[in-house]
Amino acid sequence: MTNDTNTNALTTARLRKLIARGKLKDRLFQIVGVIFLTAGLAVIFLLVSDMIMRGLDRLSLDFFTNFASRRALQAGILSAWVGSLLVMLVTAFAAIPLGICAGVYLEEYAKRNWVTDLIEINITNLAAVPSIVYGLLALGIFVYALGFGQSILTAGLTLALLILPIIIVSTREAIRAIPTAIREGSMAAGATRWQTCRYHIIPYAMPGILTGIIIGLARAIGETAPIITIGALTFIAFLPPLPFTEISAGVTAAPFDWLMSPFTVLPIQIFNWTSRPDPAFEANAAAASFVLMAMVLTMNCVAIWLRYKMRKNIRWQN
Amino acid sequence: MKPNSKTNRLAHNAKRHWGERLIEALLFITAAISVLTTVAIVYVLVSESIRFFQHVSLWDFLTDTQWTPLFDDAHFGIMVLISGTVVSAFVALAIAIPVGTIIAIYLSEFASSRVREIAKPTLELLGGIPTIIFGYFALLMVTPLLQKLFPELPGFSLLSAGIVMGIMIIPYITSLSEDAMRAVPMSLREGSYAIGSGKLHTALHIVVPAAVSGLAASYILAISRAVGETMILAVAAGMQPNLTWNPAEPAATITSFIVQVALGDLPHGSIGYQTIFAAGLTLILITLCFNILGLWLRRKFREAY
Repeated sequence: MTNDTNTNALTTARLRKLIARGKLKDRLFQIVGVIFLTAGLAVIFLLVSDMIMRGLDRLSLDFFTNFASRRALQAGILSAWVGSLLVMLVTAFAAIPLGICAGVYLEEYAKRNWVTDLIEINITNLAAVPSIVYGLLALGIFVYALGFGQSILTAGLTLALLILPIIIVSTREAIRAIPTAIREGSMAAGATRWQTCRYHIIPYAMPGILTGIIIGLARAIGETAPIITIGALTFIAFLPPLPFTEISAGVTAAPFDWLMSPFTVLPIQIFNWTSRPDPAFEANAAAASFVLMAMVLTMNCVAIWLRYKMRKNIRWQN
Repeated sequence: MKPNSKTNRLAHNAKRHWGERLIEALLFITAAISVLTTVAIVYVLVSESIRFFQHVSLWDFLTDTQWTPLFDDAHFGIMVLISGTVVSAFVALAIAIPVGTIIAIYLSEFASSRVREIAKPTLELLGGIPTIIFGYFALLMVTPLLQKLFPELPGFSLLSAGIVMGIMIIPYITSLSEDAMRAVPMSLREGSYAIGSGKLHTALHIVVPAAVSGLAASYILAISRAVGETMILAVAAGMQPNLTWNPAEPAATITSFIVQVALGDLPHGSIGYQTIFAAGLTLILITLCFNILGLWLRRKFREAY
């Protein structure tokens, strides 16, 4: 009997010590976590502040309305930001419907067979294919085999292929989080599979899908490597033809002429300015980087806000 | 009920059935585009590489220690480019994997939901920054900083490019790992707390093993990112081919070589044009190995709840 209480006392004391040590470790780990997290966030802050400091002088209205130039102080990003926007338009039109449909198919329709396995393995692999390889693909297929040349269409489609896996994967993950009971309930009420997808699965998965779309587009807008690889020119001092305007005497631009126009985009303009030995262009690179960064950050913030808003509406019980 | 209402309903059902079939077929086509993309990538890379290997023997490609494809005295030793790729990726992963995992564990298991709601999106912003901007950051900020610590460091180096690449990859690891750990059901943690485990013990011994397939996937993605990263290296690591295992030297990688060639004006069908496809094929074979490894890890360790 005495023996028993003795061991009990020992265990309690040991347990206390163990728990105290555990709590100390918890706290130490927490400190390390906070330090790393802060360091990561500090990098963003450092980057932005450095860019503002270097590039602020160049950020004027002229910078947005001037074409690239050999003289650093007169150079602007007009053709670059217009190019970036148009390329994104093509990318979004191609990638968003394809990505969502493919994700819905794989989660809701696909039977477990070798075709599905093949598609899944493919998407996993494509998501990890380096972006420059998409550039090589576009160079071989879009530029030469299909004859699209070094155009906005080529760049837009290349980037669409590049971000397709991102959209598909985020769609699938969002759909997978929806409880089976939702599908059962919908089908029990007489809905077909597509009706279930259309009215239940896709709307409920929308926050996740939107996150994927915006992250994908934000990635596409900053991609440089594939666009350099297709051989896009870096010095463009004109804009793509605006639909229904006169481009030369008596010739009106067709609505989609701009698709085949040569172009430049912001990241290429930045690369071009960064790789020049003349330090006067550093300020230009900083200012253009700031603009690109502002675009990317804005897109991401919109995504986060949307996700936050939509998450408040749907809450699964489990 | 009227007698014809049932037949009407059946007719309606049949129409719906065909609509459903059509939709399924359309959805299948969109999913199959990914296969088409892969086929196109393989076709382009292999067909141009076959033409390349008609000029250069595979043995020379793998064993030559010089890479001078555009010189008159052309050498095609891919090891030169692989060394740069491996060294820079190693530097990046040495930073990104530990830091990314620790942040993920912290956010998933320790941080209050408020901190997480703010920190995670902000970190994702870091991951969303275009790589060209990171290249600019490496060249104009990190390299001068490192040169203060190591005065002999050249203006272009694999080290500063690798460090910045590591910073860039952290959010990918954090985001994916955190998602995987959050997906572990609360009941597992509660069970662990109930028998007296602390938070860190629960995190390391219950949550991490349960989420290991997600963690593995995030590391594999990080490796592929590091190997395939282009602009940071093109801007900050210099583009001269250099067979070295020393991160403090400048060197070209597979990716930065492709950029360098693409910046020039190479005629379609020349040997220089084919070289970038052979380099691309090598790159994709390397990432393919890691992807297969990742897929295998995922299948093997996947825990379903």
